[in-house]
Amino acid sequence: MWRRINALMIKEFLALLKDKRSRVVVIVPPLVQLLIFGYAATFDLNRIPFAVYNEDPGLASRELVARFAGAPNFHQVATPSSDAEIAPLVDSQRALMVLHIGPEFSRDLAAGRPGAVQVIVDGRNSNTAAILLGYVTTIADGFNADWMRQTGGAVTARLEVRAWFNPNLESRWFLVPGIVGLLTLLVTTLVTSLSVAREREQGTFDQLLVTPFRPVEILIGKALPGFIIGFGELTAIVIIATLWFQVPLRGELSTLYAGLFLFLFSSLGVGLMISSLAVTQQQGLLGAFLFMVPSVMLSGFATPIANMPLWMQHVTLINPLRYFLVIIRGVFLQGTPFHMLASQFWPMAAIGLVNLTIAGFLFRRRLY
Amino acid sequence: MSPDAAAQVVLELRDVRKQFVAGARTLTALRSVSLSVRRGCVTGLIGPDGAGKTSLMRLAVGLLEPDKGQITVLGRDVTREAQAVQASVGYMPQRFGLYEDLSVQENLDLYADLQGVPPSSRASRNGQLMHMTGLARFTGRLAGRLSGGMKQKLGLACTLVRAPELLLLDEPTVGVDPVSRRELWQIVYRLVREERMTVLLSTAYLDEAERCDEIVLLHEGEILGQGRPAELREPLRGRTFSASSPGRSNRAFQKALAAVPGVLDAVIQADRVRIVARSGAQLAPDRLLGGIEGATIEAVEPRLEDAFVAMLRERAGAGEGRERAPPSPGGASPRDAGPAPRRGPVIEVRNVSRQFGQFYAVRNATFDVAAGEVFGLLGPNGAGKSTTFRMLCGLLPASAGVLRVAALDLRHAAAAARARIGYMSQKFSLYGNLSVRENLRFFSSAYNMSGARQGERIEWAMEQFELAAMAEMASQDLSLGHKQRLAMACALMHEPEILFLDEPTSGVDPMARREFWSRINALAERGVTILVTTHFMEEAEYCDRLAIMADGEVLAIGSPAEIKRGQRSEGHPDPTMEDAFIALIENRARGAAAT
Amino acid sequence: MSALSRMRLRGLVRKEFYQILRDPSSIAIAFLLPVFLLLIFGYGISLDAEHVPVAVVVEQPDVETASLAARFSGSSYFAPVFLSDLGEAENALRERRVNAIVHLQQDFSRRLRRTDGAPIQLIVNGTDANTARLVIGYVQGAWQTWLEQRAAESGVTPGTPLRIDQRVWFNSELRSRNYLVPGLIAIIMTLIGALLTALVMAREWERGTMEALMVTPVTMGEVLLGKLVPYFLLGLGSMALSVAMGLWLFKVPLLGSPWLLFGVSALYLLAALGMGLLISTVAKNQFVAGMVAIITTFLPAFLLSGFIFDIGSMPTVVQVITRFLPARYFVASLQTLFLAGNVWSVILPNIAALTVFALLFLGTSRCLMHKRLE
Repeated sequence: MWRRINALMIKEFLALLKDKRSRVVVIVPPLVQLLIFGYAATFDLNRIPFAVYNEDPGLASRELVARFAGAPNFHQVATPSSDAEIAPLVDSQRALMVLHIGPEFSRDLAAGRPGAVQVIVDGRNSNTAAILLGYVTTIADGFNADWMRQTGGAVTARLEVRAWFNPNLESRWFLVPGIVGLLTLLVTTLVTSLSVAREREQGTFDQLLVTPFRPVEILIGKALPGFIIGFGELTAIVIIATLWFQVPLRGELSTLYAGLFLFLFSSLGVGLMISSLAVTQQQGLLGAFLFMVPSVMLSGFATPIANMPLWMQHVTLINPLRYFLVIIRGVFLQGTPFHMLASQFWPMAAIGLVNLTIAGFLFRRRLY
Repeated sequence: MSPDAAAQVVLELRDVRKQFVAGARTLTALRSVSLSVRRGCVTGLIGPDGAGKTSLMRLAVGLLEPDKGQITVLGRDVTREAQAVQASVGYMPQRFGLYEDLSVQENLDLYADLQGVPPSSRASRNGQLMHMTGLARFTGRLAGRLSGGMKQKLGLACTLVRAPELLLLDEPTVGVDPVSRRELWQIVYRLVREERMTVLLSTAYLDEAERCDEIVLLHEGEILGQGRPAELREPLRGRTFSASSPGRSNRAFQKALAAVPGVLDAVIQADRVRIVARSGAQLAPDRLLGGIEGATIEAVEPRLEDAFVAMLRERAGAGEGRERAPPSPGGASPRDAGPAPRRGPVIEVRNVSRQFGQFYAVRNATFDVAAGEVFGLLGPNGAGKSTTFRMLCGLLPASAGVLRVAALDLRHAAAAARARIGYMSQKFSLYGNLSVRENLRFFSSAYNMSGARQGERIEWAMEQFELAAMAEMASQDLSLGHKQRLAMACALMHEPEILFLDEPTSGVDPMARREFWSRINALAERGVTILVTTHFMEEAEYCDRLAIMADGEVLAIGSPAEIKRGQRSEGHPDPTMEDAFIALIENRARGAAAT
Repeated sequence: MSALSRMRLRGLVRKEFYQILRDPSSIAIAFLLPVFLLLIFGYGISLDAEHVPVAVVVEQPDVETASLAARFSGSSYFAPVFLSDLGEAENALRERRVNAIVHLQQDFSRRLRRTDGAPIQLIVNGTDANTARLVIGYVQGAWQTWLEQRAAESGVTPGTPLRIDQRVWFNSELRSRNYLVPGLIAIIMTLIGALLTALVMAREWERGTMEALMVTPVTMGEVLLGKLVPYFLLGLGSMALSVAMGLWLFKVPLLGSPWLLFGVSALYLLAALGMGLLISTVAKNQFVAGMVAIITTFLPAFLLSGFIFDIGSMPTVVQVITRFLPARYFVASLQTLFLAGNVWSVILPNIAALTVFALLFLGTSRCLMHKRLE
């Protein structure tokens, strides 16, 4: 039995890698995409273009402007001198934020009254706006604390913030491991979801079925190359993530690979199921697409699952990527040990098992 | 050429060469081809797949540009005035160029729009075309739902919406049943007669070519011969014979005859063997029998196929002296002459039906195949041959009835049982980007071979099927004939007892077909049971017994001679297999009309 | 080359329409896919965290801690769990049961009265940096209001000298759906445009009908237009459906002119369909065409178009790459048109870029289509 599986596996590899086009499709896009997306996918803002409309000649206002201009994330692009100039700046997206300091600001502060500052933010991208407002608050807090210390005012309660696992809150640390999962899914689904349909179109699947191969052997023989390619690619991607993007790898590699094994098992299961349903490669492609797009969107890759409506959260339970993302992020950033991830491991195993069973069953049924 | 004669030439190719570059390889489709097609003639372009027929057609309508040479259509240079040429010719590509999701009427309207037929003249032309093709009742039906023959006629109608001066038809009869083929020829001749159309059509069927006014024989991009069918046959006069040897297996007889020095070609034809003698040596017919006892011989009329084979053999054989008799594909010594002992049926089919929705692909089929028999399933595309096959191999469950292969139902049989059969599917299903050796290794491993035994079998296959020279070539780059050999080698790696061959010779040239059948014969001699499907009528003659199928039903079962005898009539005292086939179909249609 | 013929073009367009009507898959791609994707994404993608699980650890409860804790239990941003032991809370954080810990030490109330003030420790799980930042912002808000409330109650001047007066233009509530839905429409149109046409040209090649078309007097320009017109109309229908869903189902405001929206969408559709046709013309094979269409549209449009990640924050090289994505210009136009109105300074450059892309793709396709089979 293993001899036959081995032969089938070698054949699959040869068929996949001898063809220049499919070799390129399997190997190049994941690595290129990791590099491009690794840089592109970040929620952190840098060089936020902002404008200052300062009507106050006082010292305090200059001190405040200096704090913004000196912050690494901010980049001053304009200095409007009237109210009318503000709107065009924001409308045309030249400035993402306008800091408007009224004429009384320094005087108010000196008199012990709160000095009001207007911050106008472009809300077209609400996420950027929210992050930007966070930065503004941080700068304002720093300004307040220093002012209080200088003037000897009393502080009642102060906020001390510490972020575990990612002290500088770099969103790249969060997104790059996610891309690892994304690309692994893309490759394995594409490799497997077309493999049976291709043989069906070429007529070789019939040939395979009249040989002594059992469906389970075909299943294993078809899944193994996906496993091996997936393992290889993931290892390459993990190396790039840690060495190139400097994402810390805190947990055990064995836990990571256990998660990877189950993730590949479940996504190959889905791929083979699509494959056994598809009569033509085109159907296989469409199936892979219809599976891939929602599973990326609903995996918690970019937007947390907890933000979704409850019914949608339930839908994500059948998405293997969801579990793998928890594992890979846990292992990378938190060093989560194996036993704490058990609740993520078994659903993937179950998804894989169900799909592979259906696929094996469909191999023999869907022949007409 | 006189100016008058020049006006008579509608299409002329002068010294045309065409090459294709595929990666590192250069394929020569046509090398220095010159020919002319005369007005009002039906010219047939004959040759096996890959001979360059389609390339020539495409060059003539300006879809391809020649590397060298000149092509003139209706006095216009095709390369320079492609658009003008296309406006005055009609061309039907191989798959008829129909939109299958459009209805008959919509297809016609589309082509009328594209050809710029003024709306005022459409109605009458359409009516005429529909009447001629017999499609008038089906104008609302989707083209995809038409039978092969009807599609072909619709395709033809679409190219005729604006009467062209020159009509080019690329393999119009592939996959079409003999009845529809006859009707197509009637239409073509009517067009030539009534509209003075000039027709160039290509075909792989040599029997069909006999109906053309002129024939161009194309082989590997070169013109082998050109002329009227009778002219081409003429050199063979006095060299064609039919021999018989009662009481001897026709396969053994054919083998013996093929070994006689003066015999150029010997093929089984029902219970007789047809012989073509070598040229030059005007031998007494008896000498051709090579002293085989009890054999008789008589002279017969030459056929176009004889001429074609003789031309090819004499070309190829010039260097080799004697053409190679393919070695027998087995280690065991062939059993002595005489039919294989019957051991009861190895394949049983009892009242088997297969439905797809409301449609019966196979209806109530019943037949047996005895051990060591070569059994043929004959019928046009869509007759249910492949469905029957797939059911026998366990690839498809039957809707009703009993199927048994070697006393097993393969659909439920253990994997080990499948090791006893070999299967070669329609399209020579090989892994295209794997090399010959890798394909052989994969299929031998699939049958649990390894180590020395595997190596031995691979060597055997390389040697027997003469594949060693191309062992490292990707199988997709092989010629069709080599693909067929490799596919057969793969199916034989594990020395199966029963061999299923689904259209093993479609598109393969007559020489490769002969080679293939001599291998089949050798296998049958060794006791292997062989079930084969084909739509070549002459191949049916090579079988021990055959079943003729049409529209999912078995119309007749018996030996080729029995079947032909059964359809003897006043019109056809000595019917060919095709005559018999058409008679069977027509009888059935009449029967259906009566009930 | 003969001039464009009305009769031939009409014939081709009619044929294409029949084919669309008979083949449910293109109707499904045009109308079911956007509904499916918009529903999934519209509901599934949200950056607005609400009911964030937070552990509030109060080591010594009293009046002060109770009033601070009330800020958490009373807010819809938080789903607080009250604990008394930090170790327990840290475990909960590790196991991802809570996203943050607000820690009030034993001597909190006593230190409140001292000059250096009392520390409120906030520990967040930084794994998801974006959510972490949002949580920090929420806690800051709670803390500020608590301070102000205390100041007002005790009659002293507010503790904060600098008061930030936030004005978020175009989306004052910072509803992420308002900016995600226009972006989604752009992504969906990218996918649909490319998928619809990527396969149609390849299909003609595969089925052998292209060969039959070519030997008629039809010109390749007519073939191209014959493909473009039906799918353009189909794409507009699908666009209208998506916009309607955005407006009425997801309640996204449309401040710009519907006519301008129509114009920009039409232009973008031409670019997207042109890209599909180009892929299809080059590939001549449905499988390769489909593969290329998916690889070149979905992930790039998702990650590089500015739909979710800010282009301005990407490294320069990546920013240059995004300039080659037509989707980028369409995303920017849609977000502005929906939320900000007819801002010509944004719309015009984007329209120019889209025009260039549409001309480029369609022109290249036209040049690559010869009436020859080589």
